[in-house]
Amino acid sequence: MKNPFSEKPIRSTKKTSALKLWMRYVGINVRCAMQYKMSFFMMVLGQFFVSFSVFLGIYFMFQRFHSVKGYSYNEVLLCYATILMEFSLAEMTARGFDSFSSMVRTGSFDQVLVRPRNEVLQVLGSKFELTRIGRMLQALLMFVYAIPRCGVDWNFAKAVTLLFMLIGGTALFSGIFMIYAAFCFFTLEGLEFMNVFTDGAKEHGKYPIDVYGKKMLLFGTFFVPYALVQYYPLCYVIGKSDNPLYIFLPLLAILFLIPSYLFWRFGVRRYCSSGS
Amino acid sequence: MITMENVSKSYKVAKRNAGFGEAVKSLFHREYETIHALKNVSFTIGDGEMVGYIGPNGAGKSSTIKILSGILTPDGGTVLVDGRVPYKDRIRHVKEIGVVFGQRSQLWWDIPVIDSFELLKDIYSISPQSYKQNLEELTDLLDLKELLRSPTRQLSLGQRMRCELAASLLHDPKILFLDEPTIGLDAVSKLAVREFIRKRNKLHGTTVLLTTHDMQDIEALSDRIILIGKGEILMDGTLDDIKKGNETIDETVAELYRSFDV
Repeated sequence: MKNPFSEKPIRSTKKTSALKLWMRYVGINVRCAMQYKMSFFMMVLGQFFVSFSVFLGIYFMFQRFHSVKGYSYNEVLLCYATILMEFSLAEMTARGFDSFSSMVRTGSFDQVLVRPRNEVLQVLGSKFELTRIGRMLQALLMFVYAIPRCGVDWNFAKAVTLLFMLIGGTALFSGIFMIYAAFCFFTLEGLEFMNVFTDGAKEHGKYPIDVYGKKMLLFGTFFVPYALVQYYPLCYVIGKSDNPLYIFLPLLAILFLIPSYLFWRFGVRRYCSSGS
Repeated sequence: MITMENVSKSYKVAKRNAGFGEAVKSLFHREYETIHALKNVSFTIGDGEMVGYIGPNGAGKSSTIKILSGILTPDGGTVLVDGRVPYKDRIRHVKEIGVVFGQRSQLWWDIPVIDSFELLKDIYSISPQSYKQNLEELTDLLDLKELLRSPTRQLSLGQRMRCELAASLLHDPKILFLDEPTIGLDAVSKLAVREFIRKRNKLHGTTVLLTTHDMQDIEALSDRIILIGKGEILMDGTLDDIKKGNETIDETVAELYRSFDV
């Protein structure tokens, strides 16, 4: 038989960069979301109102009390907007980890393992939850409202601190999602108690963590470093402290990704597929 | 060249009796049973060979494929595929192989097939000219022209399987693992899939290891058969070795299963 394709094509040697590949994944996810227009808009709206109801809770609380442990209404709004934005960013990008248990149970993680790319990149790419812009919109509105009203004398250092908080917090939540996913290697099911550290932290995080007492502050400083992205830098921003070290503490929270990743690697090595 | 030598793999499976009480009990105290999926499995497959890997459900076929494609780590033994240890050198290994799981899809459900292919192009870093060439060839041989622009969810199973085969070959792998590629397909699709696999093997010298329950697959595709049962290799030979007189292949294999008591 004559073979018209016998000439072997030249193999590509240049690897597509991780960032470019991730963008591709995002593109595909967005296209998938567009397929179900109505569902998409309803989800966005739903996400917005879920957070809006929390905001109402804060609003009515302050109608009555005017301050919570020395924090004013606008300061708390600033705090909540930050944590909501961090959480939504993490949930949007790291959603693949949040819904990882289904990947393990249906065996689609096998598919990840037969592709010549890093597993974390592929799991991140498997799901990009665009509907979380509903929550981000809510966070953005609160920023717009609170930033000029919280009595902060904004300067460059404070603006940078806020930016660092967003970066560090997104990394921290992503790390927690990764740990949540890694548990699936041992239990097959997601562990609901882990939600305490994600959704729970987002809900409680609307108030600076020292509101809950000294023990919680210690926990949030040394165990799961919420305080590094929330309490300390916030103190700097609203002028409760002028320790310049607090500007950089949120970046320290990025280091949380290291133990998360190690735990994940440990889980991948234990992976034992399922079904046929 | 694929070599497996004394490969074993076992799973721990939790067991309990039926009933609510038993379910509660198993929350606190669980009895485990060790299932030996593979026991000292050894075989060698040369370059360009087409091998049918058969055996009853739960015999260890999928476990073997998963070990060879780097998904599972065996408990013992040595595995070498073209000089690579699949589970140690995963990324380098999977670049050179194609895998199709008949029961699972690797295509994105909601978007046109061609979009999934484009993503694979980036995942495997396939150069534009080889991608174009490979896609043209696969479209031609698998008759995909009309399918590429439809979302995966709108394809029939047979159409989807043709796309799956194409997806696993875009990066031009030397080895192809097929886990039940004809499961659930109608007669026409089965023939198309078989025809394609045979052509691929002939034109590109692709090594093919396929598991199946459809003995016509074996008859049409592979000269060599490896039979596995209860985790052990029971037979490694050609179809002619086992065929007696003019019985059908299904009868032959059923006879074989019975004689080995699997």
